Amino acid sequence: MRKAEIVTAIVLAILSLYFMWKSGEPPAWNPDAGRFANVGIIDGEGPGSGFWPFCLSFVMFLSCCWIMVNWFRGTSAPSQSTEPFLDAYGRKMLLLVGGGLLGFLVMIEIAGFYGAIFLFMIYYMYVLGRHSVVQTLSIATALPVISFFFFDVAMRIVLPKGYMEPLFIPLYDIFL
Amino acid sequence: MDILTSLMGGFLVALEPLNLGLAVLGVVVGLFVGAMPGLGSVNGVAILLPFTFVIQSMTGSATSPMIFLAAIYYGAMYGGAISSITLGIPGASTAVATTFDGRPLALKGQADRALVTAAVASFIGGTIANVLFTAFAPPLASVALKFGDPEIFALMLLAFATFVGLGGDDIPKTIFSICIGLVLATVGFDIVSGEPRLIFFDITGFSHGVRFLVLAIGVYGIGEMIWTVNSSRYGSTMSEVNVSFSRVLASIRKFHEAWKGTLIGSFLGFFVGILPAAGATPGSLMSYGVAKMTSRNPEEYGKGSVDGIAAPEAANNAASTGAMLPMMTLGIPGSPTTAVLLAGMVIWGLQPGPLLFTTQPDFVWPLIGSFYVSNIVALLVNLAFIPLFLWMLRMPFTILAPLIFVLSLVGTFAAYQNMFDVWLMVLVGIAAFFLRLLDYPLAPAVLAIVLGPIAEPKLRQSLLFSDGDFSIFFTRPIAGPITIIAIILILLPMFRLIRRKIRGNITT
Repeated sequence: MRKAEIVTAIVLAILSLYFMWKSGEPPAWNPDAGRFANVGIIDGEGPGSGFWPFCLSFVMFLSCCWIMVNWFRGTSAPSQSTEPFLDAYGRKMLLLVGGGLLGFLVMIEIAGFYGAIFLFMIYYMYVLGRHSVVQTLSIATALPVISFFFFDVAMRIVLPKGYMEPLFIPLYDIFL
Repeated sequence: MDILTSLMGGFLVALEPLNLGLAVLGVVVGLFVGAMPGLGSVNGVAILLPFTFVIQSMTGSATSPMIFLAAIYYGAMYGGAISSITLGIPGASTAVATTFDGRPLALKGQADRALVTAAVASFIGGTIANVLFTAFAPPLASVALKFGDPEIFALMLLAFATFVGLGGDDIPKTIFSICIGLVLATVGFDIVSGEPRLIFFDITGFSHGVRFLVLAIGVYGIGEMIWTVNSSRYGSTMSEVNVSFSRVLASIRKFHEAWKGTLIGSFLGFFVGILPAAGATPGSLMSYGVAKMTSRNPEEYGKGSVDGIAAPEAANNAASTGAMLPMMTLGIPGSPTTAVLLAGMVIWGLQPGPLLFTTQPDFVWPLIGSFYVSNIVALLVNLAFIPLFLWMLRMPFTILAPLIFVLSLVGTFAAYQNMFDVWLMVLVGIAAFFLRLLDYPLAPAVLAIVLGPIAEPKLRQSLLFSDGDFSIFFTRPIAGPITIIAIILILLPMFRLIRRKIRGNITT
């Protein structure tokens, strides 16, 4: 945990510096404008477009430095901790759940939202949760059906269907 | 006396079977729309606006359609708390602050108490706001107009300052969290100059900004769930909850413990709701902050304080009524939902503005009457549905967790119809999980991304007005005291540290 605290503070400090750099970027249509020309207060125009994000990013950077100082002094809880940042279970869980979520996102592009919901529920309930086949299939089927009627039919919010789009055309004819 | 007579006439129209039926229908629709992550009152009102033209053509008046839409607005304000408490995902931005204490209380096995507190506080907040609206509509509208850009920015500063001064979390991490939320709120096109800002790694998806729900659902839906999976180690249920009517009644009896938060939320929420371009979300967040600031036990906030649930819930309902005030009396909408309602009023042939109360009393008073009726209906419907909401909590975690993941993804897409936001939300959620392990408070970031788009233009317009002179925030009669209180709050941890050192020296 102690190592993670300082590594995270350094990464966030670098991120803050990147935000400061990006805040001062001139717009694409005016490449002649100098970098950081927009972070000050411009006469007659008030603060430039980069003023607010630049100042905030600078405060972010200062807070990261403060976190680092606290780490060196050992005053924050994680800087005193001897526990691992993620134990073996945590790493496995992150891989299974986080990986499942990323798989869900990829499946949305292929099988659409409804197909991906069906597969994700099977993965989570049957593979990870070890629920019965009947329980898994009933929830995995009911959820996309309810979602279709709520979003596509009632709310008129069309969710992506991926390669399954042709299967929905008869349903559109009936319900929309 | 005139007001009472007009209000009684308004009640008679609002209680006509058709109008009462529309109020009940609107509340139920609003409740479910509000409870669905990604959808809020603005979605419900906007989607159902076309249906109101049918109602208007049937009844021949604008009153019934407006009663229907106002009831959806009310119902959604109640509904937002449901998913905040039971699932830990804010149903709408107005219910973000409810998550801070509603979720921890639910995890302690007192979800019924959290839901009852939210419902009753919403009812009281709505009723107090209705009374204020009825009695003081025109003068309050003129007071609200005295809140210029510096005053509204000072209010925003106060909201952030309460997190720093009274948050109880690691101070540099709290400041970092507030700032990153504010920076993320600036991503996209600058509304003043039109220049693109902070388009990270030149990915075009960032050009439309980092939306509030992406951060809120990422933090509370994905991040919170992964964290819970990690800490609960599978298998267990979310919380042990007994569903019984007697428990609901017992929770109602205990409501008096939340009176302070309810009153703060009711009055502050109503007033913030009146302010142009503020609305229910800042109202609920500020009420939470002020309730915590004035509490004798601020350390209980974030751990399941009933005042921490009551304050934002009373506030968002009070603010929803408050936001109607400038819309009807000045023609200025106080929130996105009232902007849609305003559009509806114009389409129905009404002219919102100072003369509305005198030229259209047949519209105004039944509408005000319906606010009271919808509020009572919303309370009853909400209390009746509590066993259903609690049932969600009794699901095995291995069913509830994927359901929340699915709702988070579908809700984010439904809100913005953009897959980039869905990807970003999941990545934000994973990052939030890591930051939470290291004790970074994430609620201030969510608060900041909501208030950022209001705060920045107010700051810039104030500085434009003062030629870059920051003293504008100190010299104006309303902005000055608010700014000074905010600065004191920001410096409060430093005062505490100095006091501790002095005491330490004395002891040594």
